Amino acid sequence: MKKLCVVLDEREVEDNPFKPQMWRIVRRYPLTYDTNFYQARPVDPDEALRFSYIPGQFAMISIVGEGEAPFCLSSSPTRPGMLEFCIRNVGTLTGSLAGLKENQTIGVRGPYGNGFPMEKMEGKDIMIVAGGMGAAPLRSVLLNILDDRDKFGELTYLHGARAPGDMLFREEFLQLKQRDDLRVLMSVDKDDTGKWTEKVGVVTTLFNDVGPIDVKNTYALVCGPPVMYKFVMQNLVKMGIPKHQILMTLERRMKCGVGKCGHCAIEYLYTCIDGPVFSWWDVLHMKELIGRGASDTTVA
Amino acid sequence: MILKMKKEDLSVFLDAAKAWGELWGPTKREGRVSYSKVDSLSQMDLKATRTIIPPKKFLYPPRFTMFDFDPDGYSERLGDVQRRILFGVHPCDIHGILIMDKLYLETYKDPYYAERRDKTIIIGHSCIPDDKCMCFATKTDYIAEGFDLFFTDLKMFYLVWVGSSRGHDLIRLKPELFSRNIEKSDILAYTEYREWKQSQFKVEVDLEGMPDIFELGYTSPVWDNLAGKCLSCGQCSMVCPTCNCYNVVDDVDLGTSEGTRDRYWDSCMFREYSVVAGGHNFRDKRADRLRLWYTHKLQAYISQYGKPACVGCGRCVDTCPVDINVVSVSNALREQEVGK
Repeated sequence: MKKLCVVLDEREVEDNPFKPQMWRIVRRYPLTYDTNFYQARPVDPDEALRFSYIPGQFAMISIVGEGEAPFCLSSSPTRPGMLEFCIRNVGTLTGSLAGLKENQTIGVRGPYGNGFPMEKMEGKDIMIVAGGMGAAPLRSVLLNILDDRDKFGELTYLHGARAPGDMLFREEFLQLKQRDDLRVLMSVDKDDTGKWTEKVGVVTTLFNDVGPIDVKNTYALVCGPPVMYKFVMQNLVKMGIPKHQILMTLERRMKCGVGKCGHCAIEYLYTCIDGPVFSWWDVLHMKELIGRGASDTTVA
Repeated sequence: MILKMKKEDLSVFLDAAKAWGELWGPTKREGRVSYSKVDSLSQMDLKATRTIIPPKKFLYPPRFTMFDFDPDGYSERLGDVQRRILFGVHPCDIHGILIMDKLYLETYKDPYYAERRDKTIIIGHSCIPDDKCMCFATKTDYIAEGFDLFFTDLKMFYLVWVGSSRGHDLIRLKPELFSRNIEKSDILAYTEYREWKQSQFKVEVDLEGMPDIFELGYTSPVWDNLAGKCLSCGQCSMVCPTCNCYNVVDDVDLGTSEGTRDRYWDSCMFREYSVVAGGHNFRDKRADRLRLWYTHKLQAYISQYGKPACVGCGRCVDTCPVDINVVSVSNALREQEVGK
């Protein structure tokens, strides 16, 4: 057909933000009875350079023919060339992921989301509070800080799980206790092994052992099950850490990761592009961020 | 640029414009109005107030394939979009397209939307408001951008707004039909038209102050009352020009490991909309989902962009089987009318 409208250049398709790149699983082993660790490298080596991320960001992972879902990154950007994920077998896609072996490929696109404000956190003391699967995204920021240790102040890592067998990266974190440049405090709700050498009790019991902290100079990073937030936040606020320096990373259903599909909307925010890292002030101000529900009438 | 055209020349102009692409316009069949492919102006119904589904379906079809996949990866399916001229789009629907443009074309540009937007010429047309139109309340009763051409019917002639360079190229196909000579009487005719249009609105609705009213009414029993009636059918989302939510599924060809990744319209009214792996549902209650829909249109969007994500087209009023719509919800919240 004769081109009538000279201005109508057939716009070339730029980067398709929905297109997954193929990554190969190079390591895979169980972390707990239902959660696996995966390390992946891109099939196209250039993709490793393009995929630069910050802790707290996430990726959309596909299995060909099975679907796609968001997963947080557990690796640190200070160790480039590969990505690490912790994936619990709880659904269709995660079930298929659990069946994958080394040398099989997955589709990956990203990184997405705001991530933790690493630059703002430089020079500050950092307190990380992980509950259960919450260790998955927080391991990224923990490793990043350890690799860039001089840039940050005091580092405290609190980790709670239901039982020793449920604790992600248990040995890795126990080994960190050897280091003298951070404090690692770990607890389980219940010790069903009789061999647990650390604290028993919910994660908030660890706050008693934290000791004095310079609250105004501290960023607290929190991730865990919804039930944990309420109690952890009460403790952190009571300690005096400013609400905008208490950060958490949230989970939502997502189909795009780039602010289009709508599923992760909370008021005028999209968890995928405006989050998944939000501050405690955001939560107080926004409602529905951590599902407090309409019945919650607390003021502080 | 605003031009003048004789009414009887429209047919000739559209015939010429077809050289660019397929001509689509509003048609009426068995009392239902929808956009159809037409051969000429005579097949269109330009008096119809609204189509059942807004023109978003051309820019973002109800279901389409994003990728073909095989075990080696994903290849995008782009480039097979038909060029279309969409004639007779009303101001509210063009405002709806502008809201879609903001979402799909700004950060992380969606190539599927961009391609269709690029291959669709929007020719707007003035409308005759009915008893469901509320574009006066959303300030979307007139449109200044987002179209290629816009025809305002002033009985004896058309005023033609030229909104884009490619719209101007269409004019250049038949320049003899258009005149730049706008006279005083034409301006007066236009003013009269605006007064007439303003007088046509019958709905009582006022969206001023909605963000505050929503915030205050977050726990209002109004929501539970509405949820008691709502069928969660999602029709409101399908017909809303600014509902953009979608779901993605992988469709495997039986017996192979090849297939397609498809995208289709979703609605936040559906129960599984906010379910995550493991079964936790962030919006399990119907009242929560209903509130999300209306909060997005009348509170959140206003807070962010200073105007509602409702363009006042009246489709929710027309469509909802239990009378839950922008008019009834905003009025119920304003008056705290809980109802039975």
